[in-house]
Amino acid sequence: MHPSTIGGTAHHHEHEGSALSDVALRVRALESLLIEKGYVDPAALDAIVETYETKIGPRNGARVVARSWVDPAYRRRLLDDATAAIGALGYSGRQGEHMVAIENTPDVHNMVVCTLCSCYPWPVLGLPPVWYKSAPYRSRAVIDPRGVLAEFGVSLPESTAIRVWDSTAEIRYLVVPMRPSGTEGWSEERLAALVTRDSMIGTGLPLNPVSPDAGPAS
Amino acid sequence: MGFDPIAPEKDEPVFHAEWEKRALAVTLAAGALGEWSIDRSRSMRESLHPVDYLSSSYYEVWIKALERLLVAHGLVTADEISRGQSLAAPKPTAPPLSKSAVAAALAAGTRYARPEAAAPRFAPGDDVRTLNLNPAGHTRLPRYVRGRRGRVERVHGVFVLPDANAHGLGERPEWLYSVRFPAKELWGDGGDRGADVLIDAWESYLERAAS
Repeated sequence: MHPSTIGGTAHHHEHEGSALSDVALRVRALESLLIEKGYVDPAALDAIVETYETKIGPRNGARVVARSWVDPAYRRRLLDDATAAIGALGYSGRQGEHMVAIENTPDVHNMVVCTLCSCYPWPVLGLPPVWYKSAPYRSRAVIDPRGVLAEFGVSLPESTAIRVWDSTAEIRYLVVPMRPSGTEGWSEERLAALVTRDSMIGTGLPLNPVSPDAGPAS
Repeated sequence: MGFDPIAPEKDEPVFHAEWEKRALAVTLAAGALGEWSIDRSRSMRESLHPVDYLSSSYYEVWIKALERLLVAHGLVTADEISRGQSLAAPKPTAPPLSKSAVAAALAAGTRYARPEAAAPRFAPGDDVRTLNLNPAGHTRLPRYVRGRRGRVERVHGVFVLPDANAHGLGERPEWLYSVRFPAKELWGDGGDRGADVLIDAWESYLERAAS
């Protein structure tokens, strides 16, 4: 079981094949009403679901980060005008119209939250996870970021400052994690596989190379 | 303090149930009619009773708020919602978002930046204080950062003001700033000395701080 309400209290979520829950019936009734009225097109509804289930996700942001690791000019562009740089890789749109990239350094670690609701950079990360949208993270990220990071298994040196960005406006933030050592000469594709979703929110770090002695991919 | 543990789910799926997918889809498609702004929809979610809000799952909040928006904007009646069927002719609206238009619409999004008519009042490095604004309606100035002293980190440009736009008062765009607050300023001596919190604040949220 996992916390699956805004407040964080765990409850069962429905199992496939069982009788529809109250909320499922409610949504079904609303959908059929809106279709009957002609306000929504059922094929468009399916396309929206397909887009966020299969086409838009954190692999987009991982490619942006990996490009910034190998291409210094792209990195500068990303830090100067993230919307344009991210758009240049083909990612844009809803909940990412105004992007800002914030780089992690040995001195500064960045974390992003939306205390007021769930604002999140959809075009580069897809839809946000439940924990990001729930009260525990939304309240504690700004009060006790180091404690939050500890819950995610991240421990930073005391000398590293933490900046917590509360997404109160339409600016959407993408954390650019530091490139792991032992990845010299790696291709963008191989590097992108190290960039986790959480590392681009700031609640995680990129993966380390499996073997520090592994050479670049052929 | 701070609710339950964060407890991220391992390998969390994008959706936990079929109905969540439909909830997302109808919310976005209904929003595409252009009958209400995103600020209005956020405000409507906030209008749920706090107990209802905190005990509802994320997409439940969306559906409850969507029902209210549809009724408030005259697209459906409460009776039609409870019956799940239409009882009257639809309200004349923009045509529904079509399947062929979905990809382009999602890729375009909605821009909230507006032309820069006047010079910004503040510049990076300026010491500012957030006003102790406590409006009855929608605002994007969180409670924890009202009446607090911070420093302007950057100037984002001019953006639609949610406090006005959510309530049909027009876009009233203003300069938007990233403002940085040391943890101690927000939380007192218990705050992490090595942490800062940054918010995006509209100009009307700010005043110049005494040096």
